[in-house]
Amino acid sequence: MKRKLATALVSAAFAVGAGSAQAQVSDGVVKIGVLTDMSSLYTDLSGKGSELAARMAVEDYGAAAKGIKVEIVSADHQNKPDVGSSLARQWYDVDKVDVIVDTPNSGVALAVNQITRDKGKAFLVSGAATADLTGKACSPNTIHWTYDTWMLANGTGNAIVKTGGDSWFFLTADYAFGHALERDTEAVVLKNGGKVVGKVRHPLNTQDFSSFLLQAQASKAKIIGLANAGGDTTNSIKQAAEFGIVKGGQNLAGLLVFITDVHSLGLQTAQGLIFTETFYWDANDQTRAFAKRFAAANRGIHPTMIHAGVYSAVLHYLKAVEAGKTDDGTKVIEQMKKMPTDDPLFGKGSVRADGRKIHPAFLVEVKKPAESKAAWDYHRIRATIPADQAFRPMAEGGCPLVK
Amino acid sequence: MEIFGIPAQAMFGQLLIGLINGSFYALLSLGLAVIFGLLNIINFTHGAQYMMGAFVAYLLLEKLGIGYWWSLAIAPVLVGATGMIIERTMLARLYKLDHLYGLLLTFGLALIIQGLFRNEYGSSGLPYRIPEQLLGAQNLGFMFLPNYRAWVIVASLVVCLSTWYVIERTKLGAYLRAATENPQLVQAFGINVPRMITLTYGFGVGLAALAGVMAAPIYQVNPLMGADMIIVVFAVVVIGGMGSIMGAIVTGFGLGVIEGLTKVFYPEASNTVIFIIMAIVLLIKPAGLFGTQK
Repeated sequence: MKRKLATALVSAAFAVGAGSAQAQVSDGVVKIGVLTDMSSLYTDLSGKGSELAARMAVEDYGAAAKGIKVEIVSADHQNKPDVGSSLARQWYDVDKVDVIVDTPNSGVALAVNQITRDKGKAFLVSGAATADLTGKACSPNTIHWTYDTWMLANGTGNAIVKTGGDSWFFLTADYAFGHALERDTEAVVLKNGGKVVGKVRHPLNTQDFSSFLLQAQASKAKIIGLANAGGDTTNSIKQAAEFGIVKGGQNLAGLLVFITDVHSLGLQTAQGLIFTETFYWDANDQTRAFAKRFAAANRGIHPTMIHAGVYSAVLHYLKAVEAGKTDDGTKVIEQMKKMPTDDPLFGKGSVRADGRKIHPAFLVEVKKPAESKAAWDYHRIRATIPADQAFRPMAEGGCPLVK
Repeated sequence: MEIFGIPAQAMFGQLLIGLINGSFYALLSLGLAVIFGLLNIINFTHGAQYMMGAFVAYLLLEKLGIGYWWSLAIAPVLVGATGMIIERTMLARLYKLDHLYGLLLTFGLALIIQGLFRNEYGSSGLPYRIPEQLLGAQNLGFMFLPNYRAWVIVASLVVCLSTWYVIERTKLGAYLRAATENPQLVQAFGINVPRMITLTYGFGVGLAALAGVMAAPIYQVNPLMGADMIIVVFAVVVIGGMGSIMGAIVTGFGLGVIEGLTKVFYPEASNTVIFIIMAIVLLIKPAGLFGTQK
């Protein structure tokens, strides 16, 4: 009872002190909804970690001290666009959520993108990959934060084709994300004079890839491009080793690989894999400090680029709410585009008119077991792609907002 | 030579792959069929028990340094024992009630077990290596067959056929079958029917755990591996005919092959083809291909 009274008094004190800052914030609370995969193949690379990253951002921003009351809720979209859509509607209409963040799974993200636009709220995408979010499906209410299929294709595809990997076979997850990643990578391969000799589309969350791998093997392509993610990628890589694909002279290109996938495969299987990411925890002192705090609260799992993106996006969002003195979705997103971004994980950057957040990308290679000196010491950064080259030029995206 | 526009060599490879996946379906649906046939329980915990088998193998290796071969023996016994505890403390109370109660209980248990493992180990899976003796592969001319996969087919066939033999052709099997038909009478002959039923459940669960250990080196050891598998395996059991041992084995291998071929001709449908077949079978022969109407 005593404690309850004390809490009430403290919040009352905050409320009084915060009167001015909260004037334009709807119902006095900035409510952040983390819509993510809490139970299936993308849980470790987003999931609870994304919720944690959002909390850390609110804490580091010092929302309480600044008098902005922030609440975080989270939910599991089960990788089903219909489930994700109804959660988003309920959050916006009933629970007064102001902004939805994360949302791995491009199918779900595209659905929530449209709903957010209809309701005039805000959507900060870190988990989903499809570049359509800043292309034909771009919206004045959405910012695509961390990475996208074009950037992955450009980073990894370019590097591989230029080192001789000029014939490709795609193993593609059969939904919006896989199709987008395959399309963007194919474009890079063709542009650089390579060719695509075949492709096969597998259902999301497949256990056995041997049949597909055999088709890839028979195609004699030099590179087998994995346009899938999470458990699908780890299973493909593991089983490819079993069928002697790499020993037979073909190489795998993991087009979207997260550090949690590398951890799950073990360095013995994952070594030598080349891929692109926009955040690596062991890049500098600030990222290391973040990773240490994050891992301690997340069963030792180190942050993926999606987690880092959620942190950075929420931080910038709160700064924009403070600067614009409103949490109206359309206005905050506009404000976020006006202000340059700056945070400990991605450094200085900006948000483009089409909703694309811009920062450098890293081409990394997975270390050999002998090179890894500590737990989660997995990646070596081979090249840094500068921010202005890492993402699709705005004119090529076909975003109607840009005209 | 080509078969339906696919080179014959590639076709043989795909058939073989189908058989390998079929071995897992057969092993799992066999356990389900044994449990349903003899206990009349629809064991929805089966997928979770398959996953537990893989995790026991992983933990034995990580914590105690006990390798694959010992795990093949230890994991089924350990997981089977937890199964027997579940049977004694919970399932035994439900035998007199409708099937639905057993189904709900085992489904709930599956969710709890999976949730606990997911909380502890996350969802991306843990690595488990192929035992050294089975590393490498044979070049069969038409395909590269990993030694481990060859072992899976052989082991699964041996286990399936011996189980069938014990239940359908031995005296012990005859007791079991009699106990399902008329427990009172069999008890009157001096046979401890409840104990026999407990052991049978333990055996069925042990089969699931065995499949789990065999799957660990191929797939990641993952808390969700059973959830992905169980629905398919149930379809296999329904197609084969609930409770039919031979039905489970033949349909398991057969559907593995059909699924494998779908992955070549129309990969997008590879995770639905089994359910389409199930729907057709249910329409034409509701008791399943090998089932008998009771």
